[in-house]
Amino acid sequence: MDARTIIFYLLAATVIGGGLMAVTSRKIFRSAVFLLFSLIGIAGFYFFLDQEFIAAVQVVVYVGGIVVLILFSIFLTHGSGEDMKKPALGRAVFSALAAAIGCVLTMYLISEHTFQGSGKPALEPSAGNIGAQMLSVTEYGFILPFEVVSMLLLAAMIGCIVIAIKVKVPEQKVMPKIKEETEPVELEVVEELKTEEV
Amino acid sequence: MQIGLFHFLFVSCALFFIGVYGFLTRRNLITMLMSIELILNSVNINFVAFNKFLFADKLDGIFFTLFIITIAAAEAAVAIAIIINLYRNYKTIDVEDVNTMKY
Repeated sequence: MDARTIIFYLLAATVIGGGLMAVTSRKIFRSAVFLLFSLIGIAGFYFFLDQEFIAAVQVVVYVGGIVVLILFSIFLTHGSGEDMKKPALGRAVFSALAAAIGCVLTMYLISEHTFQGSGKPALEPSAGNIGAQMLSVTEYGFILPFEVVSMLLLAAMIGCIVIAIKVKVPEQKVMPKIKEETEPVELEVVEELKTEEV
Repeated sequence: MQIGLFHFLFVSCALFFIGVYGFLTRRNLITMLMSIELILNSVNINFVAFNKFLFADKLDGIFFTLFIITIAAAEAAVAIAIIINLYRNYKTIDVEDVNTMKY
């Protein structure tokens, strides 16, 4: 058993243990921190596979971006230290069964299958090679998806602003009559919600 | 035994179904989003492992991984905007309590 094997199993334990704790922990803050460990373990996998660029992107985007975003939204929406509700027993049992059966079936199919590679000499996955092929307009370039993804990011950014912006209700400009008409309707909706909860 | 493709496929398979379990049991929108992140990451491990062990002469797996990471970031940002807006209107982010559009 060489060092490479030991490192692989340590990383795998981090990834799977972190993932398991992230989906089962009852405290949402701990859940997010375990997700962080799992994502760092995955970045370790990429280093293990000599894909330094992907590993750096993983650390920057996931660990530095998404997990911090999730932590901020937890701060904004949860009181500190509250436990989440336990999942209903029936749903937990059936979900675990479905996941376990799917996992075993998929692992069996993978172990039965023989994968055939191209066997050609390796191309070094350096940032230079990646950038040159991604921005190339020749036959195997990835410039079109690159542009599409940049449009997607722009759309997501504008969408986030539109969704999360606090709309000031223009009550001052609206005539007083209409204001009186609108308010009771809102109250009724709130009452309906309350009765449904009970 | 040398660490090969199958090791990575097994780990990513386990991670995928951990994410599925979390997605099915959790009723809180933020934890469901976290489960989706786990699922997307398991897919990324698959792409990178296939690229490394089978098709090392190409970079396609790396490009797919990069695009998936980008889309996951956009998805997380939009989802969190929706969650915060939902919390502002309903004071809860539990999927059982928010059922205005259900009927």
